[in-house]
Amino acid sequence: MKPRAVLTTIPSDSHNWNLIYMQLLLEENDFEVINLGACTTYEEVEQACLEFKPTVIVVSTVNGHGYLEGKTLIEKIRARPELADLPVYIGGKLSTDKNMSYLYSVELEQAGYSGVYPESRKTADFISELKALAKKAA
Amino acid sequence: MENSPSYFHEFVQAAKGDLIVQPRMGFCAFSKMREGLSRVKNIEAATIGTITLDSFTRTGDFASAAKAIKNNSALNGYPIVSHGKARNQELIDGLIGTDFPIQVRHGCSKPEHIFKAIVETGIDASEGGPISYCFPYGKVPLKESIRSWQTCSEIFAAVEHKKYHLESFGGCMMGQLCPPSMLIAITVVEALFFKRFGIRSYSVSLTQGSNILQDIAALTALRLVGEKYLGPREDWHVVYYTFMGKFPETMNGARAIMRDSVVVAKAGQARRLIVKTVMEAHQIPTIDDNIEALELAHQDFHDPSTSLSQEIKPGMVEAIFEEADFLIDLLLNLDSKIEIAIDVAFKKGYWDVPFCLHPNNNNSALAKLNNEGFILWANAGKIPFPNHIIRNNFSKEKKLSSSELLMMLSFNQFKYDTFNQAETPVLQHVSC
Ligand code: B12
Repeated sequence: MKPRAVLTTIPSDSHNWNLIYMQLLLEENDFEVINLGACTTYEEVEQACLEFKPTVIVVSTVNGHGYLEGKTLIEKIRARPELADLPVYIGGKLSTDKNMSYLYSVELEQAGYSGVYPESRKTADFISELKALAKKAA
Repeated sequence: MENSPSYFHEFVQAAKGDLIVQPRMGFCAFSKMREGLSRVKNIEAATIGTITLDSFTRTGDFASAAKAIKNNSALNGYPIVSHGKARNQELIDGLIGTDFPIQVRHGCSKPEHIFKAIVETGIDASEGGPISYCFPYGKVPLKESIRSWQTCSEIFAAVEHKKYHLESFGGCMMGQLCPPSMLIAITVVEALFFKRFGIRSYSVSLTQGSNILQDIAALTALRLVGEKYLGPREDWHVVYYTFMGKFPETMNGARAIMRDSVVVAKAGQARRLIVKTVMEAHQIPTIDDNIEALELAHQDFHDPSTSLSQEIKPGMVEAIFEEADFLIDLLLNLDSKIEIAIDVAFKKGYWDVPFCLHPNNNNSALAKLNNEGFILWANAGKIPFPNHIIRNNFSKEKKLSSSELLMMLSFNQFKYDTFNQAETPVLQHVSC
């Protein structure tokens, strides 16, 4: 069975292209992708996790509110015992100020993400991390 | 506020001959927003002030917006609903006038709260439309957006002594990779929608694509299609947007694409230009970034070297006109009520926006770029284009890979970033 990724963004973010791109990239790396589309509510994400039992959740956001809503999202996910250990990654443009991106990455990681990829980190490294994870899960 | 003049409408009427330049600018903090508006007012160019709203307000999450104001968190725009009437009136006090109108730009598909705040504040211009503020901005059903935009148009129209202005954002679906005929059709139909619900001052839009000649042809075609379908010429004008897609990352690359947008606006006779800044590819621009961009656009417009000397290929304007005309005519024939016709057109897939994930978009039509950056249909999906249009334009494409998609999205970024490492005159790279 293919590893499965739920691809999502945060409630206020309506950008599409990052999601379209990320879906193709994950599929090319042999993931089955459930793309929840733009402006996803926290409930939609939680629901999708319970329904699809993904190997990983990938949060992609660029509108600059990731440092706020990305945090709420992971807190909600981690609060559910059945999702407490699920690998969850976030990446993109995480705030409106590039200079703050390191600080916010640390904050997001501490809030419970398995990995945080602000723009300064390479997407290729994210993919290798995911592939390793999928191998372990298989 | 009784009998106050129509700031936006009168300003545009009076500014004939010059290109009006306008930023996309919005900050969460009141003091920064006020400083931004007042600095824009005080530059030499003919400018209109902009208040761009944040994503929380756009998606109706006023609680998060209020919390951000309280905690002094940075947002990607000004939360007009949560700041409230008194604060908003203070924001524009002494700034707004027929010499400096202000427009609210918000990307919201159900903007009743925002429209009420606009009117209450004493501002008389906004942007959007039932399609263009729905599809790119989330998952609200098209039908709900249509209903809401009808109500909002009526809110503006209800004020009898004043002409409120509405600009259609239809010229920029998804920021890039949408064939110009579709953009023209959407913006003109949105203008017809505004008119139907009582709006007496409006504008139609188009965004810069990735080939300067196609861009000028498209802008010219938009004017002609507008003349065919819209009301008296004094009620409407054309506004152009500097590139709305993945932006060049270097300062020189950004300035060069910004300059080319002025070339197109000038050749295609747009009345207004909404600028981007050198920070576009990176983060929310500062006030300084915005001021620089506005001043540059103004200078570039008055620089004789931005007048295009080349001829547009014969037939190019006509081809875009014909496609757009076909799409509009098709939609208007689906129902005598435009608000119903819009819904039916998308439901049947007769209208289709490439690469748009919105649940009510058919998403079977596809677009592509050719080597020169022309945006073409790669697959018409269910759009029933007549045979000769299909022959001129289409090729069935196989599934895109992620890197092919990224290459297309990055066409302008690569072109301008690479090209502008050396100092070379702007128009040299134009290919016929
Ligand atoms: C196109 C675009 C739009 C279109 C979007 C159409 C659509 N529905 O998709 C429109 C015009 C509608 C739009 C609207 C808005 N936009 Co916009 N938009 C852009 C633009 C120009 C290009 C984005 C794009 O398509 N990129 C292509 C994709 C493939 O690349 P990407 O998104 O950058 O993603 C890459 C990486 O970030 C990374 N990545 C992304 N996610 C993830 C996840 C993981 C795990 C990993 C590892 C990597 C990763 O991989 C991708 C490929 O390299 C950018 C600026 C730019 N880059 O030039 C602004 C930009 C993203 N927008 C911005 C903003 C703020 C908005 C608005 C809120 C309006 C506003 N206030 O200015 C609204 C959105 C409303 C909302 N509710 O969110 C800001 C964000 C600011 C910030 N973070 O500091 C930007 C940066 C512009 C700016 N400088 O102000 N936008």
